[in-house]
Amino acid sequence: MSQMPRQAALPTCPSCAEPLDAGDRYCGACGFDLSVVPRRTDDHPTLAMNGMAAPAAPAAPEALAAWATPAAAPHTGAPTPVRAPGVDADTSVPPTAGVRFDRPAEPEEYPLQAPDPRVAAEAGAVKVCVACRAGRVDDDGYCENCGHAQPRERDHMELESGPVAAVSDRGLRHHRNEDSFSLGRATLPDGSPALVAVVCDGVSSATRPDDASMAAARAAGESLLAALPQGAHPQAAMHEAIVAASHAVNALAGEPATAREHAPHQNSPACTLVGTVVTPGLLVVGWVGDSRAYWVPADRATPPARLTEDDSWAAQMVAAGLMSEAEAYADERAHAITGWLGADAYELEPHTASFKPDRPGVVVVCTDGLWNYAEAAEEMAEVVPLDAAVRPLHCAQVLVGHALDGGGHDNVTVAVVPFPAPPQGAGNA
Amino acid sequence: MANFSKSNVPQFSVDVYQNEYLPEDGREVNAIVTVTATGGGTVGTAVTAPHLYAPGRGPSAAVAIMVDCSGSMDYPPAKMRNARDATAAAVDTLRDGTHFAVIGGTHVAKEVYPGGGRLAVADATTREQAKQALRRLSAGGGTAIGTWLRLADRLLSSAEAGIRHGILLTDGRNEHESPQDLKAALDDCAGRFTCDARGVGTDWEVKEVTGIASALLGTADIVADPTGLAADFTQMMETAMGKEVADVALRLWTPVGTTIKFVKQVAPTVEQLTDRRTEAGPRAGDYPTGSWGDESRDYHVCVEVPVASVGQEMLAARVSLVIPQPDGTVQNLGAQGLVRAVWTDDMAASTSINPQVAHYTGQAELAQVIQQGLDLRKSGDMDGATAKLGRAVQLASVSGNADTAKLLAKVVDVVDATTGTVRLKAKVAEADEMTLETRSTKTVRVKK
Repeated sequence: MSQMPRQAALPTCPSCAEPLDAGDRYCGACGFDLSVVPRRTDDHPTLAMNGMAAPAAPAAPEALAAWATPAAAPHTGAPTPVRAPGVDADTSVPPTAGVRFDRPAEPEEYPLQAPDPRVAAEAGAVKVCVACRAGRVDDDGYCENCGHAQPRERDHMELESGPVAAVSDRGLRHHRNEDSFSLGRATLPDGSPALVAVVCDGVSSATRPDDASMAAARAAGESLLAALPQGAHPQAAMHEAIVAASHAVNALAGEPATAREHAPHQNSPACTLVGTVVTPGLLVVGWVGDSRAYWVPADRATPPARLTEDDSWAAQMVAAGLMSEAEAYADERAHAITGWLGADAYELEPHTASFKPDRPGVVVVCTDGLWNYAEAAEEMAEVVPLDAAVRPLHCAQVLVGHALDGGGHDNVTVAVVPFPAPPQGAGNA
Repeated sequence: MANFSKSNVPQFSVDVYQNEYLPEDGREVNAIVTVTATGGGTVGTAVTAPHLYAPGRGPSAAVAIMVDCSGSMDYPPAKMRNARDATAAAVDTLRDGTHFAVIGGTHVAKEVYPGGGRLAVADATTREQAKQALRRLSAGGGTAIGTWLRLADRLLSSAEAGIRHGILLTDGRNEHESPQDLKAALDDCAGRFTCDARGVGTDWEVKEVTGIASALLGTADIVADPTGLAADFTQMMETAMGKEVADVALRLWTPVGTTIKFVKQVAPTVEQLTDRRTEAGPRAGDYPTGSWGDESRDYHVCVEVPVASVGQEMLAARVSLVIPQPDGTVQNLGAQGLVRAVWTDDMAASTSINPQVAHYTGQAELAQVIQQGLDLRKSGDMDGATAKLGRAVQLASVSGNADTAKLLAKVVDVVDATTGTVRLKAKVAEADEMTLETRSTKTVRVKK
């Protein structure tokens, strides 16, 4: 019993990210005092979700938190239980409220919907800087001690909407997440279900790319969800959705820049878009720019496929027969896009395509932050877990993880949509 | 006459111009902070300054006019006469209700009006009495400017006035006290009142006059021709009457591990503020800016931040405006600006220089090379002076600082402004050289 760790196993040192052993009180690499990291002990999913917190308490009675074991604690009734110095358990946190998804936690064991990040924010009455762990976080999202920007809501987003799911991550090299997505489900006039996913990638060289991608994803999603129940053909609805997204992004150009944005060169906000609509019999994709959709069949013996054609310099070179695919993508101009949503786009050319797959599978809708690390359809299929259609959120998490492992040089956003669309309610369980 | 009927309190706004992108090993963050104070009716991010006076009235103000009455003022006699007329014009410009006094300065300071160690309150009667008193001003004696300033400070502090301002006129060197005495007087008066300083004629020391204005957060200028005094005094007094908030400080917060390399005002004139910092709580410091009317000023802030990896973002500095209160607390004027640092591997983003930062870096260098060039010229290093003033001509031309370019052209013959090729003029009027030196810190704002 006495071997039970006082510190509930932090996976890595919060200061230097060195992996830690259970029971470490100081980081072996940098000497960071782990006892000053109290909240993690309360809200670590391992403890919070399977009730391990309570059994741990008798082993270290001096570390009792007031809420943890009110019945088992010998001090029951004492208003302020004795605590170990430095172990500052937050009594205001209910045991189940503190699940953190700073990083994708091990989803295998917790097939739960991602919690609203605001819940975690509210749990700590005073937000402490994640960089220095000493300063409070001010209203602008910066530490009052070391000035470091704090993780923002958009840095990592996960969403599961029935049978569709998406994950978006800032990546490892960019200072903010300029990708966005929207998911949805609609019922067609004949009662059959339709799944909708839209993924957008803000153009970094433009002003306010994060606003552009958010506006486009939202507008396209809303347009699709409004049109499909009215009986619009999915492919026509996709076309209209891209036009609606384009209007939404164009409208941003007129708004004044936010106070924090004094870019040396102001230009129109811009983004790419890729979306898919899946019904029981039809798979429709639509896109502008270099975000992609892949088809990965459930039976891996059959070939996967890329469903979109980039609006990019490399794709144009290949299409024109001027370069081989390998040559074109090795060129530094490869990623220069030739089509985008935004007021300064030459001419909006929404591409749409519709497919009637003869077998089940999933559609992976993603930004180049992912496909840079799995360009060919075969490579993508290798990364997609076999149970992708059943556990789309897990699949999206795995794919984002693949991009981060590869270096995470760009924002990564992935939506996973199963084909055929399961009947309404089936994916809800 | 200026319109003093404006009743709205000023609103402050802060704008930050910077390239926040740093390369992987980048540490230096530069930003131009534009602070603008405007009268009521402004919308947007501007924040209403606290009420320092009742609505419908101007702020309570006290002004002391210090006129040089040393013996040299009688050579030529027109100088004394012009000084009297200029002071009378300034008195006429006083808003009703303003506290004021006139001081005659020699090797000692004398109260000319109203006397008795107090201030008069401006109205038709007192203005007339003041002008009568001015007629009795006569020249004779030495020059000890420190004593004038100390008397002005005593008189100005006798009234409960929000705005305390001095106007100082001298025609000669500060010969009858040591430079240390003047320095001590300036140190004692700094932060207690603001003061504009003017040199009339060409027998005064540029660095003395600019030093007084700089220490007391006012303007300095030359009035080479005494007949120009009245217009200049009227204009100075109008500006003083337009001030609405006094003792505003620029508060700079910087995070742990950062170093402030410099803070300077860069528009309308270059003014180093780095060493004038007073600590204001953890990691924050205040830099004095004096009093504000409807105006806009630019500040260049340079901060060194700790290295961070690509993809990181931090706040390098937070700029706000405060009014320190007598009880040690501060009144925050609300408006604030953020100076940020974002590390990127995008070379195009990290290598571009913000146009505002580039412009004011050039303007600061312009002021510096003029000063250096004139110093070298005085010390007989003609080659060095030619090089420095040539660079000044080049900078003034590139940045469109036409006023300074004109002044430079009176000291050097410009062969080619773009390359900075110049020849020193064999004969330069003393007034031209002093004008260039006094006005060398004047900047122009960036072309939009």
